[in-house]
Amino acid sequence: MSTTVTSHRPRPPAEPTSLRARRLPAYTAPAVAVAALALAAAIVYGAGIGGPVLVVVLGAVLYLAGLFAAANAVEGRRSARNRTWSALIHSAFVLAVLPLASVVWTLFSKGAERLDVNFFQTSMNNIGARDPEGGAYHAIVGTLEQVGIATLITVPLGILCAIYIVEYGRGRFAFAIRFFVDVMTGIPSIVTGLFVLAFWVLIVSPWFNDGRPGFSGFAAALALAVLMLPTIVRSTEEMLRLVPAPLREGAYALGVPKWKTILRVVLPTALPGIVTGVMLAIARAAGETAPVLLVAGGGAAINTNPFENNQSSLALFVYQQAGDASRYAPARAWTAALTLVTLVLILTIAAKLLARRNRLSR
Amino acid sequence: MGETPHRSADAGTGGTRVTESHEWPAGASARVAEAPVSTRTPGGTGLGGGGALPRSRKFGAERAFRGLTLAAGTAVLVIIAAIAVFLVAKATPALRANTENFWTFEGWFPNDAEPKFGIGALAFGTVLTAALALLVAVPIALGIALYLSHYAPRRLGTTLGFLIDLLAAVPSVVFGLWGREVFLKPVQDLSVWLNKYFSWIPLFGGDGPFGKSILLGSLVLAIMVLPIITSLSREVFLQTPTANEEAALALGATQWETIRTAVLPYGRPGIIAAVMLGLGRALGETIALAMTLGITFGISFNLIENGGNSIAANIANTFGEANETGRGALIASGLVLFAITLIVNITARVIIYRRREFTESAA
Repeated sequence: MSTTVTSHRPRPPAEPTSLRARRLPAYTAPAVAVAALALAAAIVYGAGIGGPVLVVVLGAVLYLAGLFAAANAVEGRRSARNRTWSALIHSAFVLAVLPLASVVWTLFSKGAERLDVNFFQTSMNNIGARDPEGGAYHAIVGTLEQVGIATLITVPLGILCAIYIVEYGRGRFAFAIRFFVDVMTGIPSIVTGLFVLAFWVLIVSPWFNDGRPGFSGFAAALALAVLMLPTIVRSTEEMLRLVPAPLREGAYALGVPKWKTILRVVLPTALPGIVTGVMLAIARAAGETAPVLLVAGGGAAINTNPFENNQSSLALFVYQQAGDASRYAPARAWTAALTLVTLVLILTIAAKLLARRNRLSR
Repeated sequence: MGETPHRSADAGTGGTRVTESHEWPAGASARVAEAPVSTRTPGGTGLGGGGALPRSRKFGAERAFRGLTLAAGTAVLVIIAAIAVFLVAKATPALRANTENFWTFEGWFPNDAEPKFGIGALAFGTVLTAALALLVAVPIALGIALYLSHYAPRRLGTTLGFLIDLLAAVPSVVFGLWGREVFLKPVQDLSVWLNKYFSWIPLFGGDGPFGKSILLGSLVLAIMVLPIITSLSREVFLQTPTANEEAALALGATQWETIRTAVLPYGRPGIIAAVMLGLGRALGETIALAMTLGITFGISFNLIENGGNSIAANIANTFGEANETGRGALIASGLVLFAITLIVNITARVIIYRRREFTESAA
């Protein structure tokens, strides 16, 4: 009513409060939250349709609605929208942290149960359903060998491929390679497993295995290599592109041929970044279950020869123990999962720290 | 070729020394100087023109090295082609032996004397779980990414971002184990509750048992792809030019309006890339789904009853007792999965490459 009076005046009277936009007092948000929770509790328990979880969920919805209404009445629509989105973004964070924290907590609490020396020194050979013993030694050996062989195959291939894309490749062909490396990043691990199954286990290996399909750790390494290749190519490619051009020009000006420039100047400069990419790829490959399940077969005994007979891996061990009917199996599965996560996280953290020290990174 | 890594490692000290002495002009002119280098060496010899310089030899180290890198580059194309060729080669006999329609039959009995198997139900389950997972994960992941990049205090944001990056590296088998042993109970309670009050919606109908359902599978999948999408989109959001944000703020935009007008449009290609990567992961995820779905064959939109299946989970579950035809049938289903992910990936890449011409963000 007062606005209609002031609107046709040339200048409204200078009220000290009109300089600032009207704002909700600081206690509004907690007050709305308490009111929303109380209302939600009244509705839920009054109608008898659920427990405390529903109260919190309904309370959150009512809080958002109430906050929007209050801010809309006092501060205007734009501010109300701002407040609501801010609350939504904060709640998205809380919502996601709960399950992720639960995963981490369960991993440590349940994984500690079988975390003893015996676990790392024995295999599952001759371990029956009623034996509480048994360990993952054979699986750890398998993981290390398979990932090691895969790294040996992929690193030279991936780095050479990246060198071609960055230094030599021109035109459509190089673009096609780049494009398909990107596409290859998205190939599911189980498909690479099936590929190695069809190519190596069922077609190639019977030639020198008396016609029988040869499941082996090496086959798993091949599948992991196919998985790691695009990751390594992409990270190496990015690192090579970051090498300053004057470095190359300086080498060319001194009469150094291009291949020597690449090997002696470009690669050493980009080395820390390349190592980071390789370590991240290794960490990802170490956690893969599906390809190992298909082509290494898994096994209970220690098999240190990756070229013959079944081999297990940590990830596969977790999967097999989780499906095992023995009541001691879940504890073994959790401890193996903890071991696997520790291995992967050590690699990842080391890679990230290395990346942080790298002067070339963005 | 065996000694090349060794050699480059030896040269390491020399190489880094060069970097240090050239550091200040290097960073500034890297982008500008890139083009001349590429055009200066059309013959690939690395030597400039000039008659006094040695001519490129036909079979020298330069040619050899160039050929080696070319071979490595070609290997990628060969591998992709080989994947398709070998899968087709092994799948064809099984598909010939199939006595039912591969696309429409609902069931998987490839090991019988008269093999019967169909991909329909599996492909449906794959797409349904992946779509549900993304529906849940993408809004939440973008919310967290915005929180970490724009709302949280800088220190907290960096630390939590690092933790999220680490969670993205946790193997899927761990999430599967967690989903089966810990998450099953709350989802079961939720399913019973949904069934009690919302059974009139076909999605939540049925009369149990509940628990190892599509709901559980896709929620575990969502939790799994959450860190991946978050860490990628957070990086993109952090790259938003400060000038754009400050301009929006200077015009009087609220924080949300700044994000909507400056941050989100800038990061759109990156977000699309992150979501597509998440979709690729969700479509191909094997072990987590094999451990959480209650394997059935049938096309049903019921989310909460025990059941559901996916191509990848079916491969992991039935591979153990598969015979010759059974393996062929699984390889055929893998071929379908390969085709689905290939289409998704190529679409995503085309979108990103096309967008990159307009906005110069690295996706």
